Amino acid sequence: MSLMPYDEVLAAYDPALGLEVHVELNTASKMFCGCSTEFGAAPNTHTCPVCLGLPGALPVLNAKAVESVIRIGLALNCSIATWCRFARKNYFYPDMPKNFQTSQYDEPICFDGFVDVEVDGVGYRVEIERVHMEEDAGKLTHVGGATGRIQGADYSLLDYNRAGVPLMEIVTRPVLGTGAAAPKVARAYMTQLRELLRALGVSDVRMEQGSLRCDANVSLAPKGSDVLGTRTETKNVNSLRSVERALTYEIQRQGEVLATGGRVHQETRHWHEDGGHTSPGRSKEQAEDYRYFPEPDLVPIAPSREWVEQLRATLPEPPAARRRRLVSDWGFTELELRDVVGTGSLDLIAETVAAGAAPAAARKWWSGELARRANAAGVELDEVGITAAQVAELQGLIDAGTINDKLARQVIDGVLAGEGAPAAVVQSRGLAVVSDDGALTEAVDAAIAANPEVAQRIRDGKVQAAGALIGQVMKAMKGQADAGRVRELILQQLN
Amino acid sequence: MSELLHASAVELGQLIASGAASSREVVQAHLDRIDAVDADVRAFLHVDAERALVAADAVDSKRAAGDPLGPLAGVPIAIKDLFCMTGAPTTAGSRILEGWHPPYNATVTQRVLDADLVVLGKTNLDEFAMGSSTENSGFFTTHNPWDHDRIPGGSGGGSAAALAAFETPLALGTDTGGSIRQPASVTGTVGVKPTYGGTSRYGVVAMASSLDQPGPCARTVLDSALLHAVIAGWDRMDSTSIDAPVPDVVAAARQADVRGMKLGVVKEFGGEGYAPGVEQRFREAVDALAERGAEIVEVSCPNFRYALGAYYLIMPSEVSSNLARFDAMRYGLRLGDDGTASAEEVMARTRDAGFGAEVKRRIIIGTYALSSGYYDAYYGSAQKARTLIARDFDAAFATVDALVSPSTPTTAFRIGERTDDPLAMYAADLCTIPSNMAGNAAGSFPCGLAPEDGLPVGLQVMAPVLADDRVYRVGAALEAALSERWGGLLTDQLWAREPAVQNGGVR
Repeated sequence: MSLMPYDEVLAAYDPALGLEVHVELNTASKMFCGCSTEFGAAPNTHTCPVCLGLPGALPVLNAKAVESVIRIGLALNCSIATWCRFARKNYFYPDMPKNFQTSQYDEPICFDGFVDVEVDGVGYRVEIERVHMEEDAGKLTHVGGATGRIQGADYSLLDYNRAGVPLMEIVTRPVLGTGAAAPKVARAYMTQLRELLRALGVSDVRMEQGSLRCDANVSLAPKGSDVLGTRTETKNVNSLRSVERALTYEIQRQGEVLATGGRVHQETRHWHEDGGHTSPGRSKEQAEDYRYFPEPDLVPIAPSREWVEQLRATLPEPPAARRRRLVSDWGFTELELRDVVGTGSLDLIAETVAAGAAPAAARKWWSGELARRANAAGVELDEVGITAAQVAELQGLIDAGTINDKLARQVIDGVLAGEGAPAAVVQSRGLAVVSDDGALTEAVDAAIAANPEVAQRIRDGKVQAAGALIGQVMKAMKGQADAGRVRELILQQLN
Repeated sequence: MSELLHASAVELGQLIASGAASSREVVQAHLDRIDAVDADVRAFLHVDAERALVAADAVDSKRAAGDPLGPLAGVPIAIKDLFCMTGAPTTAGSRILEGWHPPYNATVTQRVLDADLVVLGKTNLDEFAMGSSTENSGFFTTHNPWDHDRIPGGSGGGSAAALAAFETPLALGTDTGGSIRQPASVTGTVGVKPTYGGTSRYGVVAMASSLDQPGPCARTVLDSALLHAVIAGWDRMDSTSIDAPVPDVVAAARQADVRGMKLGVVKEFGGEGYAPGVEQRFREAVDALAERGAEIVEVSCPNFRYALGAYYLIMPSEVSSNLARFDAMRYGLRLGDDGTASAEEVMARTRDAGFGAEVKRRIIIGTYALSSGYYDAYYGSAQKARTLIARDFDAAFATVDALVSPSTPTTAFRIGERTDDPLAMYAADLCTIPSNMAGNAAGSFPCGLAPEDGLPVGLQVMAPVLADDRVYRVGAALEAALSERWGGLLTDQLWAREPAVQNGGVR
């Protein structure tokens, strides 16, 4: 379908964002039973009567999950309920063994919080409406049929390992007034949320594994209108980058629909990473009736204020304060910091510095070369294939003069190709700088002999002409030489 | 042989512990009795003689080895087919679960096994415990041993009938609106619904989670107390179970003393709709308690009149959700899976064929009551009524130690008499429902035969939350008073009708 140019949409409409984020908690056991939450086990091996919903089985709440959610709520500046309950959300679907999901409804455990984010130097406040607990569903694999959906499939395979894994849902209030920055604000919010959740140590926050999932809602209202437009909810947004891309797409798509006199349908849409577009899913025009009612198999949760304060004391340094501290420790400029935050490399730089590299060098690699490679490969920076420790090792090799910057890029190629740690790659690819003057002198002599005119100009005092000879020597040495030393040798020979 | 059938569980435990009888002899006698009479009574859905005898032999070996035995070790028990037990089918009385073998034991089942009781088999019930007669069983109707044309009560009619027919000295039941007490009442046996949270619901197929409560069934008050002590107590697998000491029900049953107790007769439970014989025997029983030293007063609980209506909103609401899991996808009945039907069609066909009419009625009512737009009017209002009922109890227990009433308005009705009239059927639980709504302890105890039909009448004792011992004190005092008058238990009058058994033979 055709899309309205982004600038044109923003000239006529104001986007309103809403983000519903599901976070799989990294507790050792499930929400309501003792089964392991470990990812990737053989199907249906992490199950028991409770998470299979067998007749007679009853849930028992995982205290660690409650603790994690309260800590998250506190970190998101939320109020913590003094008394709240679980509710049953009733619907029939084979991935729900009980045909109801134990969730929270009108009594969330955390509510009324906010997150402040920054995009291109401008601050935005994202208000949190609620944070609640629920259980994950099992995984369905539809076999046969064209669409991979349950309709038309020959049969479906069920894996209940994920059923009952603790989930938390963080719901924002409508985010207004972000204008053209809307998709970037959403990405910045997700980035910051991920950073926060990681710092709290409550989730693996791996979007590609589904432990951090984002449903991105967006609607358009004519500029100046204070009535929100009809929203769509885009699912399957599996990376920070796709949050921004999917919202940009939806804004352009909705703009086109509205500009051509159409009506935006309230519906769930599916993001296609490869095609870079969304397609309609389940229509939500008719809201499903989930017949919520308080879960009678669980007792109410009443976190004592003492406990809440104890948990507050365990919170890590807030991200903004931490950033300010690191910037001052590392001596980065505001612009450099923005780069660092924008590329999501702050944690990686901190780890690299902790592993012994200089802050400037760590920043150079993560925010530069590695950020480019991650972007090109369409993966998150921390999944690019090299660890902070390896980057520190790489920089150590440069500092020791074993390799130069150019060789370092080849070493990165090797590490990313799975050839081992930097030192091992240097060894196996034979990338070390040649510091043996004998070999270098031979190459310098050869270059001088092959270029008598250039040599003569240098002898006549045109020192800058040496560059041509240095290039030849480096080429002959396959880059494995220290260019400064080559220059010294050339000038020495021609004096 | 026959004395082993007639004996109480306490006596059997003593016989086994002393070596006067082996558990095998006791169990075999009951298996023979089941063989002889259950074709007529139809109390059991499943009997496993081999398993029972193996378990009995294990107890006998323990005794031979000098291992300590509990008071009920080697004594037979029948389990309502709502409790999960490995190695046997659990049907909940429904075709939709036919053939399902649970891979785990209910906590109560496990405690019974750990106490070395010997499980004879699983007893019949109304489908998913929904009913007051066992006529809603997906398999067959159980008959009342006092009159085979009469219902044995429900939903736990199988357990109650098995006790009255001397097929077992002990049984397990569950009580959501009276499913232990009403069958006890109409069969002349004893049944107690513990305080909600006093016994674990883990592994008991759920009907209505906020109301269901497992409890003991027996022919004597002390037997019931001993079984109560075995099964009760906190269970980490049931979040709603209470982490508090179990009231000393055994001591209370032995005490059998109501001197100094103030008992309140619930004013609202009598009059229209109550059989004259029920009211007469109830009054006589109250008089007997007074003679034994209890102070009797009349107490009004005006909000109890909302109990039945509120119950029939809350219970079906929870039913509609609890029974959603029976969808043919993982276990039990599966119909219509012909390779072309969708999962949804298979679910619909299976639920249509697998659930009976009463179960469907409650699922539909509950689904409606929880629907958006109706929730506040139905489920919400019913919860308010529930609070009012609990307040009535609180107010009453501020002035009396326990409340008493008839257990059910009539004696056992005829099979088929109320099957076409759900409201008449529901009225059987009129007196029992308030205690489920408020979660307090209550029990039913025999108080005689109604003059007009010669059928058993029960007296209900209701005590505060976690005061289950008071239920037993009153029940045991009544039993002592009436046994003195009758020269034995009420069920002994039924026993007396069966000379063939008494002579050591079976018919």
